[in-house]
Amino acid sequence: MNSALSWLFDGDHWSGPTGIPARILEHLGYTALTVLIAAVIAVPLGAIIGHTGRGTFLVAGLSNGLRALPELGLLTLLVLLTYVGLLPVVISLVVLALPPILAGTYAGIRNVDPSVVDAARGMGMRESSILTQVELPNALPLILGGLRAATLQVIATATIAAYVSLGGLGRFVIDGNNAGAGSPNGYPQMAAGAIVIAVLALVVEGVLEIVQRVAVSPGLRNVATRKRTARIWRKPTPDLVGKST
Amino acid sequence: MNVDWPWPWLGRNLDKIAEATGEHLFLALLPVLVGLVVSLPLGWAASRWPAVRLVLVPLAGVLYTIPSLALITLVPLIMGTKIIDPLNVQVPLAIYTIALLVRSVTDALLAVPGDVLAAANAVGFRPTKRFVAVELPLAIPVIVAGLRVATVSAMSLTSVGALIGIGGLGSLITEGFKRNNAVEMVVAIALILVIALVIDALLLFVGRMITPWTRARQGASK
Amino acid sequence: MKRVIAGVATALAATLAVSACGNSDPLAEDKPSGPGSSETVTVGSANFPESQLLGEIYAQALEAKGVTVARQLDLGSREKYMDGLKDGSIDLIPEYSGVLLQFFNKQAKEVESEEVYTALQGVLPANLTVLDKAEAEDKDAIVVTKETADKWKLKSIEDLVPHCGEVVFGGPPEIQERPDGTPGIKETYGCTFKSFSALEPGAITTKALLDNTVQAADIFTTDAAIEANDLVVLEDPKNNFAAQNVVPLINKDKASDTVKEALNAVSAKLDTKTLLDLNARLNAPDKPEYSDVAKEWLAEIGL
Repeated sequence: MNSALSWLFDGDHWSGPTGIPARILEHLGYTALTVLIAAVIAVPLGAIIGHTGRGTFLVAGLSNGLRALPELGLLTLLVLLTYVGLLPVVISLVVLALPPILAGTYAGIRNVDPSVVDAARGMGMRESSILTQVELPNALPLILGGLRAATLQVIATATIAAYVSLGGLGRFVIDGNNAGAGSPNGYPQMAAGAIVIAVLALVVEGVLEIVQRVAVSPGLRNVATRKRTARIWRKPTPDLVGKST
Repeated sequence: MNVDWPWPWLGRNLDKIAEATGEHLFLALLPVLVGLVVSLPLGWAASRWPAVRLVLVPLAGVLYTIPSLALITLVPLIMGTKIIDPLNVQVPLAIYTIALLVRSVTDALLAVPGDVLAAANAVGFRPTKRFVAVELPLAIPVIVAGLRVATVSAMSLTSVGALIGIGGLGSLITEGFKRNNAVEMVVAIALILVIALVIDALLLFVGRMITPWTRARQGASK
Repeated sequence: MKRVIAGVATALAATLAVSACGNSDPLAEDKPSGPGSSETVTVGSANFPESQLLGEIYAQALEAKGVTVARQLDLGSREKYMDGLKDGSIDLIPEYSGVLLQFFNKQAKEVESEEVYTALQGVLPANLTVLDKAEAEDKDAIVVTKETADKWKLKSIEDLVPHCGEVVFGGPPEIQERPDGTPGIKETYGCTFKSFSALEPGAITTKALLDNTVQAADIFTTDAAIEANDLVVLEDPKNNFAAQNVVPLINKDKASDTVKEALNAVSAKLDTKTLLDLNARLNAPDKPEYSDVAKEWLAEIGL
């Protein structure tokens, strides 16, 4: 433990392009890019499926299927088929991030109080307006929940990117592993890297929790918690998106 | 450089694939089983005593958030295992399973309707019997749902262990990667995927079989 | 209620059966029992194909002489498996004289084959020894594509020096620490690369070089990819990379006469050309297993 902590707090390891802060930024960069792209695809898709009720098999099927897909396999295969670089990594991460956002958006739209939607229809609003002006805002808590789950998922999986020679926090684990347990840059580096990864994940989760609370309009805040009470006969909530890494 | 697609490789290496699969199942499923067994009493305690719930649920959330590569790397530090030790993968998987299932068990037990409990008491069930004969069966659908997620995730998470040398089908992926053998990689990925989905379906089926009252209810409400 | 118990019991039994049968293979990843019974020799190898092949060759040569062998192949880099050798989880591993010497003595200056071998014997820990060295050598080298060599007129590492600042260098992560790795290249030739890209040895390093993701890479000289892709190995006139004869590193307790005889016989037949040929066989599109290539070659040389 001492050696891990001393590696962690060694000043050398906090400076330069291979230092801890640089790797954290790289890691967050991959994550932000991925979640952005995934959101652009999955939010509209989930909204349309939720609104029209058609294509629900896509939501359930994707969530289940992609949870079973080993990220390491997808990532390395894609790199082998294309090249060593950012694109194959981002593509495989986006694939991983789609299910939670899709599920969250879908569930959010479906859970909008039907009477509200009815009232909107009664007022003569067009379907697309109902979707954008009524359902989406009401679905916001669950959509944000999906985005949150996706972000955590990607942060965890981006650790693997180091195996295909990208940067990010996985770099410390992979390099440390190759340096051998005994060496000062071996296990201590691995453990230090692991600690930073864990702390980053927890900090981001905490920040996103606060963002979610703040971003949801007060009228909706109670709705989110009320709907989460598990009733035995209902299917699992979007919370159960499962870990892929 | 072209990627090699040696399909004959598959036929020639069936025993290697079988061995890796067996190892993978050992690494992935045993911890889920252990996790399930541990989650039941923990979840029960959390459903019964709010103080326990206040500690366990956030703790579960925290543990679940920690990325697997981090936990797998830290197990030798915490438990003194060697770097290449199946426990390094199995312990984190058990932790994730417990973190996931404790929530499921707690929620499920808390959701048992009060009048059902009252009826059980009226009939004369003592607390233990009531738990085993009434609350637990009613909690099964939610627990099975959580178990399915835990198992499928475990199958996929186990491959991460290959990054630091812990085998299973993940080692076929890394070996294929090193030797430009795309077939080996595809086979390993496909096996993980298929086995996970098969187990998922099996669990769903078993869950439905042992809770006939859910089917009756769904039939009625249709 | 009975249904529930029956269902759960079946599921539990099924899971236990599946995971138990998954682990019944005696050659599975479990730790070998203690330091190994006094008869069993545990053979290990590093995480690149040639090392695994050599490990397999040693293992089969020993088995042909009736020695019980346990295999723990693909253990990672030297820095990683040396701990295994020290604590007895592995007994025997194929090694390379030059890097092994520098691993134990970072200041070692010997570069010539005999000198390296002699110096090596002097620095090994008390419980380890090396047997006869083979003539076969496999050195680290800086390798570039033919296009790059033509573009910059490269024949040796010295020719690369003026361009080093534009070059992204690829190789296994641990060479950033090794004396003959990036530090050595910098010291011996004054070459500092633009940046370093950590790559798994083998196909992916070759791929990165061919895709121009890296402009130069640390590739081993007997890697079949060099010939297959027309790559250019830069000469090393200042001898940054010392001689690298293949040599069995073994726990003294396990180096019985039978073992020594078997392994020395293998080393006697192993020259660089053979190693190149064996690697080419491994790299064939149908991806033969290490054990098959090993078996084939041992049969060819009559062991």
